Amino acid sequence: MSDATLPTVSAAMPARSSGRARGESLAVQIVLIAISLAFLLLFLLLPLVTVFVEAGARGWEAYRAAITEPDALAAIRLTLLVAAIAVPFNIVVGIAAAWAIAKFEFTGKNLLISLIDLPFSVSPVISGLVFVLLFGAQGYFGPWLQAHDLKIVFALPGLILATVFVTFPFVARELIPHMQSLGSADEEAALTLGASPWRVFFSVTLPNVKWSLFYGVLLCNARAMGEFGAVAVVSGKIRGVTNTMPLHIEILYNEYMGAAAFAVASLLAGLALVTLVLKTLLEWRYGDVIAASRRH
Amino acid sequence: MSVAVTIETIEKRFENFPALRGVSLDIQPGELVALLGPSGSGKTTLLRLIAGLEEADRGRVLFGETDTRDLSLRERRIGFVFQQYALFKTMNVAENIAFGLRSRPRRERPSRDEIRKRVSALLELVQLPGLEKRYPSQLSGGQRQRVALARALAIEPRVLLLDEPFGALDAKVRKDLRAWLRELHGRTGHTTVFVTHDQEEALELADRVAILNEGRIEQVGSADDVYDHPATPFICEFLGEVNKLPVKVVGSQAFFGDRPVLGGLSQNQGGPASLYVRPQHLRIVDETPLALPGVVEHLRRNGPLRRAEVAVEGLKKRLDVDLASQVAPAIGERVRLRIAHGNLFAAA
Amino acid sequence: MTSATTPFRWREPSILPGFGLALGITVTALSLIVLIPLAALFLKAASAGPADIWAVATSPRTLAALKLSFTAALFAALVNAVFGLILAWVLVRYDFPGRRLIDAAVDLPFALPTAVAGISLAAIYAPNGWVGSLLAPLAFKLSIPFTDLSFGFDGKVAYTPLGVMVALIFIGLPFVVRTVQPVLEELQSDVEEAAALLGASRFRTIFRVILPQVLPALLTGFVLAFARAVGEYGSVIFIAGNVPMISEIAPLLIVIRLEQFDYAGAAVVATMMLLISFALILAGNLIQARARRRFGDV
Repeated sequence: MSDATLPTVSAAMPARSSGRARGESLAVQIVLIAISLAFLLLFLLLPLVTVFVEAGARGWEAYRAAITEPDALAAIRLTLLVAAIAVPFNIVVGIAAAWAIAKFEFTGKNLLISLIDLPFSVSPVISGLVFVLLFGAQGYFGPWLQAHDLKIVFALPGLILATVFVTFPFVARELIPHMQSLGSADEEAALTLGASPWRVFFSVTLPNVKWSLFYGVLLCNARAMGEFGAVAVVSGKIRGVTNTMPLHIEILYNEYMGAAAFAVASLLAGLALVTLVLKTLLEWRYGDVIAASRRH
Repeated sequence: MSVAVTIETIEKRFENFPALRGVSLDIQPGELVALLGPSGSGKTTLLRLIAGLEEADRGRVLFGETDTRDLSLRERRIGFVFQQYALFKTMNVAENIAFGLRSRPRRERPSRDEIRKRVSALLELVQLPGLEKRYPSQLSGGQRQRVALARALAIEPRVLLLDEPFGALDAKVRKDLRAWLRELHGRTGHTTVFVTHDQEEALELADRVAILNEGRIEQVGSADDVYDHPATPFICEFLGEVNKLPVKVVGSQAFFGDRPVLGGLSQNQGGPASLYVRPQHLRIVDETPLALPGVVEHLRRNGPLRRAEVAVEGLKKRLDVDLASQVAPAIGERVRLRIAHGNLFAAA
Repeated sequence: MTSATTPFRWREPSILPGFGLALGITVTALSLIVLIPLAALFLKAASAGPADIWAVATSPRTLAALKLSFTAALFAALVNAVFGLILAWVLVRYDFPGRRLIDAAVDLPFALPTAVAGISLAAIYAPNGWVGSLLAPLAFKLSIPFTDLSFGFDGKVAYTPLGVMVALIFIGLPFVVRTVQPVLEELQSDVEEAAALLGASRFRTIFRVILPQVLPALLTGFVLAFARAVGEYGSVIFIAGNVPMISEIAPLLIVIRLEQFDYAGAAVVATMMLLISFALILAGNLIQARARRRFGDV
């Protein structure tokens, strides 16, 4: 056993603590840190602060009125409803995909992974467009739907479909690398001990991956509630009926009701902050189990 | 100039861990010195201090008469071979070796042609001619090590430092490279210091071995010096298998119980002591005055040697005895052991 | 794997249950939600007929929109590559108060809904906004070399192509930081020490030894930021001003075509966007694979 591979104090220390050969001068460090902070201040912090400042610009009463007027409440309800359907759907599919991909070897696996990731590289607008092309008045199934008095586009089903499309990869992406790194030994052991398949899944697999599942759900939910482009295309923006919160913000903004727009926006910004805090806590606490893919 | 590197009372702490506690060592020009010790003994820290990768809390390192604190890393001209080689993986072999020459200020930088010649001469020297265009990922472990060595030699270092040079290689390659390195050192004559935890490697290769333990040098000397005349019990145990006997010294004899086991002692110290005897220094003999009776309890093979484990009354641990080829005791046989050579340390 | 003795098997045997069910759910959902709808897009675009496709594809408005989307995304991704690299370096290498907070804040664009970012950026960079009002007096002539994307900066960011870039920088930032960061963390310190001992200046060590090792990850982050920026809609439309031929992005053009019930036109523009994006992502992946083959993981 060699010095450097042993995790002893003496071996670990020199590589870390040595500043002589590795560091930049203090001046360079300060300049680089200053550049970073200025960049973040300008592009991240300022937009976030602006939301809350503008939201409060007309005072508390105006703020309360903006988020409690019927159209706003309808938008909030619709956003929650869409997320409440789209997210569980993606949890089920994400777990199924991760189970098939992480636990089995089969031809076409890499292709399947790429296809699951596909929605990441498709513009949100196109994600909405495809459903209009299928189910819109002039879409492939449009006449048939009309004949049977069914509405998908400009109605709740369309909003859900577009949201599911956009958030499709989130859960699977977090679960696949984690389940792959865990291997199948635990499940095989449970099976040989006579556990039923569902029992294996619920008492062995799921507890093992619960934190990365939660992580994926968190990101999936944030995107589902905040999605704009895809739902904008399929919504038709009927006030009080097919308007989600982001769409409601757009309408208010375009009608020069800036303060009201920012008031509703502040709710979503709050959601973003909560998401960010939970995500960060998960990374600090369970960073070692939540596998690599921190990029979406 | 008689001394290449002088290390003067170096002390170094990491956080709360004292890595080196007053280390001094002189290294002669052209010498091949091994820093030997268990992990955590401070040997790698000492090597990095000589290189300038760490700064000492106290004490100093001199190159000839020059205090190294006045030198930049470049001015030190240290050839350092890292344990994992630290080759630049985005550069091919030639670019790796030429890196040091190309890093020189323009005035001192050799011409392109000159550099190319130097690179191929160095590859010749490390017996890898023609591998200029390979990338590190395309080389075997042994080849990488030799490229790392060529890269270190390219800057014409005043001292060559090797950190566990054979640590990352498998046993067969290790042996070959060891002989080759010894031979290369003979030819180039660089002042060389290498770190190892493998006593066999240190004893075989080095002109002198410095043995470190818990941040101190316990002994410096030739392989024969340190092996035959270990200065401390630690060294005695670290350098190879050894049996330990509690004895009492009276006059010129050492007694185990009431029985004299070793005579002709020059030490004038009386009282309790520990006698360290290597397995090969225990012989099975017929009746002699100084002998230890015991029973063979176990026989096994230890590489080329046969080894007997002999239980001795009054001693918990059985004694390991290397057997001469003509001796073949049976298990359960009563034997007498004579101590041909031992090292005596006053009991702590 | 196909030979006389071991016949081709499309999956390795396993004692674990549920393969059929799991794969069935996955493939069905994937097909219904993603694949069939995307196929419908291509079908619709193809059904327009060559003459109409050509007319839509080469109309000045389509070309202007695509050019804006791709060039603005390119420059935003470049800005993010530079600043993202610096940011990742600072976060990995330096210790300063608030470092972990800043590390966490980098993901804000992932979490903040695009419409929220959009109206906020528009408010900040509008002529009477916090930053916009500061920039107004700074009017100067700005031209970007090697492209014909040059515009005199008249002190306005919002409602111009510059505004588009600002929004795209915002949404693309985390991609570069998050792909470069782990690579920087895993760099071996001995390589830098070796360079220093061989006499290299810190500058040379960074540019010849460290950056080449980070380059593949930087490229990945760049491509991800770029791909995201090309398709971005929500954060852009509020700040862009949406002037046809000038600050109208391709996704917006798709929406406009759709609102005019020109489904085929929308499908053609969408297909062009997708094909160009996929080609760029593929090119990025090929470069990556080549780098990995050559340099390995030593």
